[in-house]
Amino acid sequence: MSFWEFANPKRFMQLSSRLLPWVAGVSLACLLVGLIWGFFFTPEDYRQGSTVKIIYLHVPAALMAINAWLMMLVASLVWIIRRHHVSALAARAAAPVGLTFTVIALITGAIWGQPMWGTWWAWDPRLTSFLILALFYMGYIAMWEAVENGDTAADLTSVLCLVGSVFAILSRYAVLFWNQGLHQGASLSLDKEENVADVFYLPLLVCIAGFILMFLALVLLRTRTEIRARRLKALLNRERMA
Amino acid sequence: MMPDLGKYAAEVVSAYAVSLGLLIGLVALSLRRSARLRDALRQVEDRQRKTNG
Repeated sequence: MSFWEFANPKRFMQLSSRLLPWVAGVSLACLLVGLIWGFFFTPEDYRQGSTVKIIYLHVPAALMAINAWLMMLVASLVWIIRRHHVSALAARAAAPVGLTFTVIALITGAIWGQPMWGTWWAWDPRLTSFLILALFYMGYIAMWEAVENGDTAADLTSVLCLVGSVFAILSRYAVLFWNQGLHQGASLSLDKEENVADVFYLPLLVCIAGFILMFLALVLLRTRTEIRARRLKALLNRERMA
Repeated sequence: MMPDLGKYAAEVVSAYAVSLGLLIGLVALSLRRSARLRDALRQVEDRQRKTNG
């Protein structure tokens, strides 16, 4: 089976209808196991106390906020180069999911930051680039809503997505570019010294898997909805013309 | 059942409540729009099938 088979809306609907229940089910299971494990069965951190439990929401949400935009970037490039409508609609479908993850990362970060840093917000490189990423998500969604013609909207939003990718990448690497600000480095690292302690690591990995699969399930569901919306619009236009 | 969250209980519980609320809201809105468009499309397809014989 070729990846490009997904470009055919009918084939996409067939494949996604079979995939969706499995992806959604495994996602729900991972989220339940990961969050219950993290919330109820992990100890407090010796410095951060029980606020360390926020890691199970904050890190997966932040990870997916960036990766959702990168998925939109790939889908937008496919639209620009190959003009496959499903890819443009998949990018559109992913945006509200990415925005929700970005908002969760910002809110949980502020709630976590207040007792640890003594402030809800700081104009720190990572926090600021995340805020700009959230604004790009809002602009992207607004542009899809504002432009009537679907192909024109896909063209314009694809360009916006390319520009916004700078901030998505910056959100990930801001801590390394500018060695200043309050935010710590990456929580997950191949370096044993840098990585979070093992007792927090496994439930965190399960939560990350849950967030990734949840994103996939929501994008499949919402892309199916966008395909139906496009077909509905075409049929209604045909009716009006007849 | 509830773990002892100490002096940071309000922060931890509010972080979970806000996040789960947003995620559940997103899922509910996505499912509602999906169901609404599926029904609307079915109605139009049925109507056009009848019109075209």
